Amino acid sequence: MKDENSVQEAPVQGDIVSEAQQEAEQASSSRALYEVKMKFLGRTGKITALLKGMRDIAAEKRPSFGKKVNDLREKLEALFAAHEARMKEKELESKLAREQIDVTMPGRRAKKGGLHPITRTRQELIDIFAGMGFEVFEGPEIESEYYNFTALNTPADHPARDMQDTFYITDEFLLRTQTSAGQIRLMEQKKPPIKMLSPGRVFRSDDDATHSPMFHQMEGLVVDRGITLCDLQGMLDEFARTMFAATSKTRLRPSYFPFTEPSVEVDVSCAACGGKGCPLCKGTGWIEVLGAGMVNRRVLENCGVDPDEYTGFAFGMGIERIAMLKYGIGHIRSFTENDVRFLEQFKD
Amino acid sequence: MKIPFSWLKEYVKIDISAEALEEKLFSCGFEVEELIYLGKDVEGVYTGKITKCEKHPDADRLTVCTVDCGEKGEKQIVTAATNVFEGAVVPVALDGATVKHEGGVQKIKTGKLRGVTSEGMFCSGEELGIGDDFYEGAEVNGILILEKDTPLGADIRPIVGIDDYIFDIAVTANRPDCQSVLGIACEVAAVLKIPHGGFLPPCPYKAVPSDVGFTVEVKEPALCPRYIGSYVKNVGIGKSPQWLRRRLSLCGMRSVNNIVDITNYVLLEVGQPMHAFDRRFLHGDKIVVRSAEAGEKITTLDEKEFTLTPENLLICDAERPVALAGVMGGRNSEIRADTTEVFFEAASFARDSVRKTSRALGQRSDSSARFEKGVYPVFPQYGMLRALWLVDTLGCGTPTEKWYIPNFCDLEAPPRKKIKTSYAAIDGLLGIHVPKEEVNAILGRLGFLIEDRGEEFSADVPHWREDVDGFPDLAEEVIRMYGYEHITPTFLENATVTHGGLTPVQKEELRFKEVLAGEGYFEAYGYSFYSPKDLDLLRFPAEAPERRAVTVKNPLGEDLSVMRTILAPTMIWNVVRNVRRGNETGRLFELANVYLAEELPLKALPEERKHLSLALWGEGDFFDLKGALEAIGEAFGLKFAFCRCEKPFLHPGAAAEVLLGEKAVGWLGELHPAIAAELALERKAFFAELDYPLLMRKACKGIVFRPVPKFPAVERDLAVVVDEKVTCAEVEACILRACKAAQKAELFDVYRDAKLGEEKKSMALRITFAPDPAAEKPLSPETIDGFFRKIVGSLEHTLGAHLR
Repeated sequence: MKDENSVQEAPVQGDIVSEAQQEAEQASSSRALYEVKMKFLGRTGKITALLKGMRDIAAEKRPSFGKKVNDLREKLEALFAAHEARMKEKELESKLAREQIDVTMPGRRAKKGGLHPITRTRQELIDIFAGMGFEVFEGPEIESEYYNFTALNTPADHPARDMQDTFYITDEFLLRTQTSAGQIRLMEQKKPPIKMLSPGRVFRSDDDATHSPMFHQMEGLVVDRGITLCDLQGMLDEFARTMFAATSKTRLRPSYFPFTEPSVEVDVSCAACGGKGCPLCKGTGWIEVLGAGMVNRRVLENCGVDPDEYTGFAFGMGIERIAMLKYGIGHIRSFTENDVRFLEQFKD
Repeated sequence: MKIPFSWLKEYVKIDISAEALEEKLFSCGFEVEELIYLGKDVEGVYTGKITKCEKHPDADRLTVCTVDCGEKGEKQIVTAATNVFEGAVVPVALDGATVKHEGGVQKIKTGKLRGVTSEGMFCSGEELGIGDDFYEGAEVNGILILEKDTPLGADIRPIVGIDDYIFDIAVTANRPDCQSVLGIACEVAAVLKIPHGGFLPPCPYKAVPSDVGFTVEVKEPALCPRYIGSYVKNVGIGKSPQWLRRRLSLCGMRSVNNIVDITNYVLLEVGQPMHAFDRRFLHGDKIVVRSAEAGEKITTLDEKEFTLTPENLLICDAERPVALAGVMGGRNSEIRADTTEVFFEAASFARDSVRKTSRALGQRSDSSARFEKGVYPVFPQYGMLRALWLVDTLGCGTPTEKWYIPNFCDLEAPPRKKIKTSYAAIDGLLGIHVPKEEVNAILGRLGFLIEDRGEEFSADVPHWREDVDGFPDLAEEVIRMYGYEHITPTFLENATVTHGGLTPVQKEELRFKEVLAGEGYFEAYGYSFYSPKDLDLLRFPAEAPERRAVTVKNPLGEDLSVMRTILAPTMIWNVVRNVRRGNETGRLFELANVYLAEELPLKALPEERKHLSLALWGEGDFFDLKGALEAIGEAFGLKFAFCRCEKPFLHPGAAAEVLLGEKAVGWLGELHPAIAAELALERKAFFAELDYPLLMRKACKGIVFRPVPKFPAVERDLAVVVDEKVTCAEVEACILRACKAAQKAELFDVYRDAKLGEEKKSMALRITFAPDPAAEKPLSPETIDGFFRKIVGSLEHTLGAHLR
């Protein structure tokens, strides 16, 4: 009986609950808490032991005993649920604390390369003129004397041949000195209306601080009915505004090229000082940017275009020169040295 | 072209400042590269008369002078000069003045010399920057003693001729007429709208009949279209007058004697090179213009001896060469101190002939420079007239009446070119309306004779403007004088709308470059030529196709003499340069042409073929570079294959041929360590070069969409032990062949261990099995097991592999 009594006394809720409460509070981890929980609620835990003890209880007392044990289990479950939630939160906090990073450490990424400033400038120029309806035509770099000179109204004995020191391969073939050669090749294939850009490598037998034996030019050609010098300036104004500054202006002044007549030198107002005069423009407010002119009638004739029906203009600029102005590059040599510290500065 | 302001003013009454004239010249097409004021460094120097000279009380070598400086007052100057005397008029630099001093500028201040106040300094010619050519006596050792009647207290600059400017003008190649003072004077008169008489001022001179007869025979009329000779007797050789010497000096020429100075003066003033022979040494009184015989010799005025070829044109007398035509006179017939009879030559020689001779012999002169720019046919006549006028004016000889010319020439001026056009044609080209009165006036001022016929007109071109031959030239003359500021920008009001932009091929190229940039490569640009030594460096055998290069006939040097047949040498040097500059790591690419000749020497344009060159050094290895090729492959739908190969410049163990299908399209590998050592390149460097058009021919031209499979792909890892010589590519190919569902097989590990056996290795691959896009259910584990068994069987059978 004594046993019976003790069993009956066992589910004194307060004792077990406070014991569980005490032990749960002492648990320092989810694992420890789980073990405590199992001690009370597990298969071999105290609640199971109580239920097993039901056999020894008088049948009439069993329902009330069972109810008490169930109440006790519910209390314990609620108790452990609360502790588990608290423990989870605590553990998350400590996990987050552990996972704190130094957000100022460098990021990691795939290394990027970049396009050469000549390619970039060339593309920028193409984009400007493509929007005005220019197509892009590339001629050969080794040219015949005919396309580079003769057809451009520069026969063998012409003084203008001295203007450009030419690299010759044979008497007939040479390294083109100007992309103007592209004018002839295109006009032989295509009749007006023409709006063409011809970018590419050109060569001059010149090598000093400001000249490179190889550099790049961009030739532009427009041939149509009724094209005038005013149209030339209008188009170049548009170019200058897009390429340099919205307020850029152009100035024409007389010059000479055998394949244009009249010929002009085109200055653009200095974008650095807005035309007031600064070291970049040598105090003049203007920067010499390109050569241009109305296409010489002989050049049109040489390509089978009737100069009485069509007129046109042509312009040519050095891509290095534009890039130097745009990026403030001081030395033309930088473009072919391919120093990665130089090239690295040109990426998107 | 150097033009003194004072000389210009002799022909045109210029009433604007030098700076204003500079702007005017600029506006009409003559850029003044430099405007030099001769008196720039000399400021505050005045004339003064020494009224008293006394010994310095404490210094034997110093003299204390009292100087009357007119309006500037009486000054006390202490001087060490010994050539001063009472009554002498001298230049006095007063307190605050500047003078020239040893190539710089010296500031003068009042100070004490040995206790005696000196309120300035007397100046020598050197301190004023002048020699005897500017002021007689300027080169004496001591103070410049001025003429007695020089006004006192006057600015020294106008007195000694340094209150003057030099215009250094850039003359365009179409204007040889402006390579002279008179030519520029015509332009100045036109731009300032000052009436002007024409190119040549009047040149009246007295001439006597000649008692000697000369003959001129030109055997090469094409090379010497004009030749005029003239005989001057009673010549007295002496010094030229100071005004003439000063002008030569201002233009950078040295005075020699009156006759030689006349030829140089005419060169500067008219633009016609002249030569003077001493008649005594002109054997047979005969001039023969002919090509030199091979090996023939001449010694020029500057005592240089040249051995000639038939390309050189000579002026000869009856027996021997006396001048190198258009370049320089011969030593044997030059003007000497005792010359009494002179034969002047004014000729025009073909530009090309003079240029070739001058370049071939390395002998340049003011004369050859002028002929190379071109001398129009009318100029010999202008030059001769001017030279004889000077002889007469200076009184250094007696001109004779007859001019000696070859039988095919005459002295009649050729008829003027006539251009017929309309005012509307001028307006049409310019795009603005220029009033016809303006057109007529502008062209008139430039020396054209205009016949106004209402809407049309004709213009007779002046003889000195051979460059003008059509209405566009007239339009240019009009607009450069009317002013480019009249052009009002329009935007192709009449033009047809055209469609612009890059062609698909050009777009593809740009995308190609962008893919490489995305892979970490920077674009490089190299010269299109390199040194033949670069091909030696890469150890190409003599018969290698890379050696069949187009070569430049006149390169800047051997280093830039051979057109590229391969881009690698440039790229190797790029890497070497970068590493030398401390750039320890980097990735570069270049897309540029190589030049492939069908036949050498060239009979037709060579093929220009784009190559892609890649380099990687420092960080990364063979497989990183290979990764770049794979990235290109992915972007352009190309499946590259790689097989080992040998290249003389690549590491024999790390060199691959790159294939597209069966076709070799390039190579990839590590630079041969021996070459790296030769270049002192301490970093491993990897290079690749591909034939760009071959890639693009196979490139996928657009996006081919395939539906996404409903069920996911399944990955399985496989490790097999194979012989060491079995390659990754073989294993991969075997797997893909064995099972259609195997989409890819990627190597992720290679393991070697003695336990595996001698010459064995284990390769681990991850195989991706993709379900058929149309499949209605996912790949079951049983199916995959089936695939796997099939693959293993095939590997065992073909490569002797076994599962690890």
